[in-house]
Amino acid sequence: MTIPHLLVHEHKDTVGVVVVENLKAGTEMLAVVTADNSSFSVASRADIPIGHKVALKDIRKGDTIWKYGQDIGKAVADIAKGEHVHVHNVKTKRW
Amino acid sequence: MASAPIVANFSLNRNKLKPVKGRWIEAPSFKAPMRRKRRADAAMDHFYGWRRENGRVGVRNHVVLLPLDDLSNAACEAVANNIKGTMALPHAYGRLQFGADLDLHFRTLIGTGSNPNVAAVIVIGIEDSWTKVVVEGIAKTGKPVVGFGIEGHGDIAVIAKASYVAKEFVQWASELQREKCDVSELWVSTKCGESDTTTGLSSCPTVGNMYDKLIPKGIYGVFGETSEITGAEHLCKARAATPEVGERWYKMWKAYQDDVIEAHKTSDLSDSQPTKGNIAGGLTTIEEKALGNLEKIGRECSYIDILDPAEAPAKGPGLYFMDTSSAAAECVTLMAAGGYVVHTFPTGQGNVIGNPIVPVIKITGNPKTMRTMPEHMDVDVSGILRRDLTIPEAGNALIASIIRTANGRLTAAEALGHREFVMTKLYRSA
Repeated sequence: MTIPHLLVHEHKDTVGVVVVENLKAGTEMLAVVTADNSSFSVASRADIPIGHKVALKDIRKGDTIWKYGQDIGKAVADIAKGEHVHVHNVKTKRW
Repeated sequence: MASAPIVANFSLNRNKLKPVKGRWIEAPSFKAPMRRKRRADAAMDHFYGWRRENGRVGVRNHVVLLPLDDLSNAACEAVANNIKGTMALPHAYGRLQFGADLDLHFRTLIGTGSNPNVAAVIVIGIEDSWTKVVVEGIAKTGKPVVGFGIEGHGDIAVIAKASYVAKEFVQWASELQREKCDVSELWVSTKCGESDTTTGLSSCPTVGNMYDKLIPKGIYGVFGETSEITGAEHLCKARAATPEVGERWYKMWKAYQDDVIEAHKTSDLSDSQPTKGNIAGGLTTIEEKALGNLEKIGRECSYIDILDPAEAPAKGPGLYFMDTSSAAAECVTLMAAGGYVVHTFPTGQGNVIGNPIVPVIKITGNPKTMRTMPEHMDVDVSGILRRDLTIPEAGNALIASIIRTANGRLTAAEALGHREFVMTKLYRSA
């Protein structure tokens, strides 16, 4: 199997995790859904470090972010598909 | 570049380089000499350990100098310096504690001394009466234990007396033999640290797979980190063996939220949970961190009871939850005091923690961490991210590492001298 750029836990998820180093903007990324080993592709819109997340669809401010098929917080800014998702545009709903 | 080392009877791979502050330095790897008769692949169903007086099995054979209080650290360290093969466990507390905080202090010290990885114990305290509490607690295991109070004698007399006993203990312990034990006699704890998104994808599910395979064989397991379940509490509650245990778990978790977080928070916990290291590794929220954390209990296990910090499990083999802090050294110290003899520690960004009496096995799936700090890692599961290693294969690799460690192989943390022993303190002393 080709080495994926991105791993996604569940089909419901709206973010995936970069699992290669030195990922550049504009890369057509191979994404694998670990739940069933299916794959799809998505283009990165930024240089994103290993371990950091990418939006798998256009996300609007206030939307819930899904990972592991679970609610992991909310968007505090609009996020375009392929953009870096992190503390600058997502926050916990807890505290 | 240093000149070439002179080697005999083994091969050295000198091509391995690791980056240090932008420079590449040599990190030679060792290939052991061929043995004339290769041992068959290590069996996964048994290991060789020390059976203690109470029937429990240890995988290390320490003779420990245990200070009751901070004032007695110096005497313990002096004895450990005098008598080779002994180890002092200095810590910061033990004076003017009261109530539940004092109970926890005693429980942690007694549990540490009682752990089957410890062959014999010398307790030193500033005065006799609390020292006696710890000595009598440890004595219930049947192992040799002695206590000394410093008041009225002074450090030097106590160090001399304790050194004579320590020498007897260490010579006695050094003759104890390992015996063959079934894998079911292992007590394996887990807690992750310096987590990132790779821990939830790889190293934590590796531990989960290990528990899914070993819990049915009859081992004792434990997970904890009350604060770091926040965001996955609905899932954790549902993993209790019975609804009653789930309700007790939820009550304990909620009490932590109300009594600790609500009482002490200043703005929010975003600066501590996730930590700066977590955020650098790509974790954004506590919910995301908690969901990755909970991967450590696998798919099939359910926990059968809730333990107070440092409490020994009493409901038979199975998985337990211990109410602990998520700070690595505090948590591992409490689990060791609960009687666990091997610790499995998934890390993403590269936590370097160890424990003085319990071997801590590091598992990472982050290829960058594996490249930049390989000397700290015991099990490399980065193949999971490349999709050339499955979670069940990684679980088997971890079980093999647990057996080798139980048989005596030093973990990276042991070889590097990591002996973090940190008492949990519940509130200010009187």
